[in-house]
Amino acid sequence: MTVARKINALHFGILLFLLICFFTLPAYHVGALSRIMVLAIYAIGLNILFGYTGLLSLGHAMFFAAGMYGLGLSIKFLGVSVVLAFGIGILSAAVLSALVGLLALRTAGVSFMIVTLMFAQTVYLVVLYFGEFTRGDEGFVLQQAERMLAGFDVTTEAGRYFVAFGAFSICLIGFSALVQSSFGKRLVAIRENEERARMLGYDVWRYKLLAVIISGTVSGAAGALYALLFGYVGATFASVQYSILPLLWVLLGGAGTTIGPLIGVAFMFYLIDASSAYTSAYMLIAGLALVVLTMFAPRGIAGILRTKVSPWLP
Amino acid sequence: MAAVTLLETKGLTKTYGGLQANTDIDFILKKGLVTALIGPNGAGKSTFVGMLSGRTAATSGRVIFEGRDISQLPAHKRIQLGLAYTFQITSIFTGLTVHENVALAAARTVSADGNTLNAKVHQTLNQVGIADRADQTAGDLSYGHQRLLEIAMGLAQEPRLFILDEPTQGLAETEINDFIALIRSLAGRTTILLIEHNMKVVMATADHIAVLDQGMMLAEGTPAEISANASVQAAYLGKTVDA
Repeated sequence: MTVARKINALHFGILLFLLICFFTLPAYHVGALSRIMVLAIYAIGLNILFGYTGLLSLGHAMFFAAGMYGLGLSIKFLGVSVVLAFGIGILSAAVLSALVGLLALRTAGVSFMIVTLMFAQTVYLVVLYFGEFTRGDEGFVLQQAERMLAGFDVTTEAGRYFVAFGAFSICLIGFSALVQSSFGKRLVAIRENEERARMLGYDVWRYKLLAVIISGTVSGAAGALYALLFGYVGATFASVQYSILPLLWVLLGGAGTTIGPLIGVAFMFYLIDASSAYTSAYMLIAGLALVVLTMFAPRGIAGILRTKVSPWLP
Repeated sequence: MAAVTLLETKGLTKTYGGLQANTDIDFILKKGLVTALIGPNGAGKSTFVGMLSGRTAATSGRVIFEGRDISQLPAHKRIQLGLAYTFQITSIFTGLTVHENVALAAARTVSADGNTLNAKVHQTLNQVGIADRADQTAGDLSYGHQRLLEIAMGLAQEPRLFILDEPTQGLAETEINDFIALIRSLAGRTTILLIEHNMKVVMATADHIAVLDQGMMLAEGTPAEISANASVQAAYLGKTVDA
């Protein structure tokens, strides 16, 4: 099998597995997987920027929130259709990421991390400031009647699962195509050696800006989808916690791999799930597991697979 | 020499604080020749080629490439016009394979079609003699092979002007001989500006030599003229010039 075939087989295998899960797993896990798939889209968004381009953003919650509030507020106040609201959510994230990219890319390294963190705090504070509309920390609920996606009810277990599955499939396949394209290879080149990439005639700044926009837009789509499928919009999703979580997922799963984001989200979800069955100090167990993984598998789970088993992993 | 001018500098100057790294350099580079730029350590050679390639911003002066003033262009635009640059300190994508390194270099000029690109990569690796290592991770190569890879990345761009900043630094004697053969095989096909300390390499490859000393162009001429030049000998050997 050629490498491209292996990669496709892997991705379709994962999607098939997720499809089978719906029919075989108990309702609890089906619900969990819906959430995991949506959050994995968010992690894919961060992975494009962090894992492939080598730019560490500590403020991705602002893009997630832009998508979430773009959809939530336009349904609540403009009464637009879900499809249009979804478009508005994605557009909000795209515009925000372009603006943040234009400004933050004037910096690099640690400064870039701090600048993105600051912008995200600004977005968080803006959400709180306009509490009259956003209901601040308390947030607001999208009613079942408001959550019909083109006549399709996404509030049922199956509806939610298949919308999440469909969106995740599109993202995984698109992401896989992106990182294997010449564009994706150039992003990796920038990550590996920015000065060399520039001195091969590549407009590094333009590639980085595109990476920020694609990354922010995908993260925003995840935010919009989350609001739609789980019916809740709140400021917590704009807080620093939601900037750090996708970073943990990507690091755990394997930065710079296509399957890492899904693995990372699933791993952390079930780690917290399992440990909270034994103790209320479940974050302590989760924290220990994270420390152990970072010590012994700094490249994440998919990173181990790539070095030990299958070097062709994209 | 009736060759056409490929690149020209006028009054090119670089000042770092109070230090004049390059002072008012007027220089003409002829097309199709191998020109060596030599000079003692700290003479300003790397600063000079840095200003040609756009890595270093000039304090004043102009760079004209094929009749076009490129002084204001950022580095990547200059590379797109046909300059290629190899770093003095090896700069490759150490985490990628040898093949991927050269493919990234070639992809900008070769059509996006995978087969054409692969053929180009293979041909370039053959040219420098590391085709058998195409699938190795670049960072695992020996130092000499990394230098060759970097040269391959320059060649793969099919440059109109190929700037090599001390390419033989740290190479073994046999590797240096291979390098000389490689440069000779390129002679006439592209224009080469070679910064070099190793006089054996300079004498074996250069058609024309320019000597920088203390940021100024000290002398220019054929290898024979330069070796006979008293002020060049003084700059290198530290003798005073008897006028």
